[in-house]
Amino acid sequence: MSEQKNPGLLRQGFAIVEGLFTTFKHVFEEPVTVQYPEEVKPVAERFKGRHELKRYDNGMEKCIGCSLCAAACPADAIWVEAAENSDEERYSPGERYAKTYEINMLRCIFCGYCEDACPTEAIVLEHEYELSFYDRRSAIYTKDQLIVPVPPGGQDTPQQVEPGSYDRAIPDMENPK
Amino acid sequence: MGVTQRLGEMGIVTTTLEQAVNWGRTRAMWPMLFGLACCAIEMMATQAAHHDASRFGMELMRASPRQSDLMIVAGRVSRKMAPVLRRLYDQMPDPKWVISMGDCASCGGVFNNYAILQGVDEIVPVDVYVAGCPPRPEQLFHGIMTLQEKVMESKIKDWA
Repeated sequence: MSEQKNPGLLRQGFAIVEGLFTTFKHVFEEPVTVQYPEEVKPVAERFKGRHELKRYDNGMEKCIGCSLCAAACPADAIWVEAAENSDEERYSPGERYAKTYEINMLRCIFCGYCEDACPTEAIVLEHEYELSFYDRRSAIYTKDQLIVPVPPGGQDTPQQVEPGSYDRAIPDMENPK
Repeated sequence: MGVTQRLGEMGIVTTTLEQAVNWGRTRAMWPMLFGLACCAIEMMATQAAHHDASRFGMELMRASPRQSDLMIVAGRVSRKMAPVLRRLYDQMPDPKWVISMGDCASCGGVFNNYAILQGVDEIVPVDVYVAGCPPRPEQLFHGIMTLQEKVMESKIKDWA
């Protein structure tokens, strides 16, 4: 009876040694810590980070200023102001282009609804996530900050094109000729 | 009274002191154990082994505001919680800093309604806003490093 209550000093001591041995085994394991600023763990392919406005191969902007992203946004983080394209000053192959395109990074919840809503796949959530700001004003990213650089062989917008070469309101999905 | 008023403009002495104190302040900034919503889960992950906030001198989260230097507002602040948050901030000793972690704390995020404070900067002065919903631990570290840069630039004249 008393043996059940008190298992004995030897057995207690063994239990402690056994427990500490488990702790000791972990001394030889590799540390799991990611040394963040020096070592950056790659994010998953489907990770949704900061947005980018894409371009076609010829340098033209994919965004046609339809504001569907702004309509789909559950946090009202996107502000789009569209303007008409002309053949002398053409930004996008569609009828209109985004004159102003602003995303408030502090309001965006990175859900990717804008990506889904976009008819031309112009807005894509990429893998950059280092977004810290000293004030709320600087969290509003403008079009210049969001748009990707012109691809090699492309031409910067606005482009001057042959009259009548772009006649669709919503362009085809492949790169325009 | 400022330190410069006591010491005078001593040039190299005050600048060296400034650097030393700023260095000390950035390397041992204890955050307060204070989570409000889902961002707190990421804040816990920041403290845990895989990311390990101890590397930044944040050895432990202090449960008492009297012992903490940094308030990480992790989550949406409801209007009922706002006076509590302000009181906790007032109880922290100087120098103190505030990181607004995530969208909800920074500007209300998706919760654009009467129950949620539209940005914690309505009640406390925020130093760094961290975007994300919720931010990854790396993102919070980026915010902490941004804050450390800000503290390293602080001047001896501004000290109370």
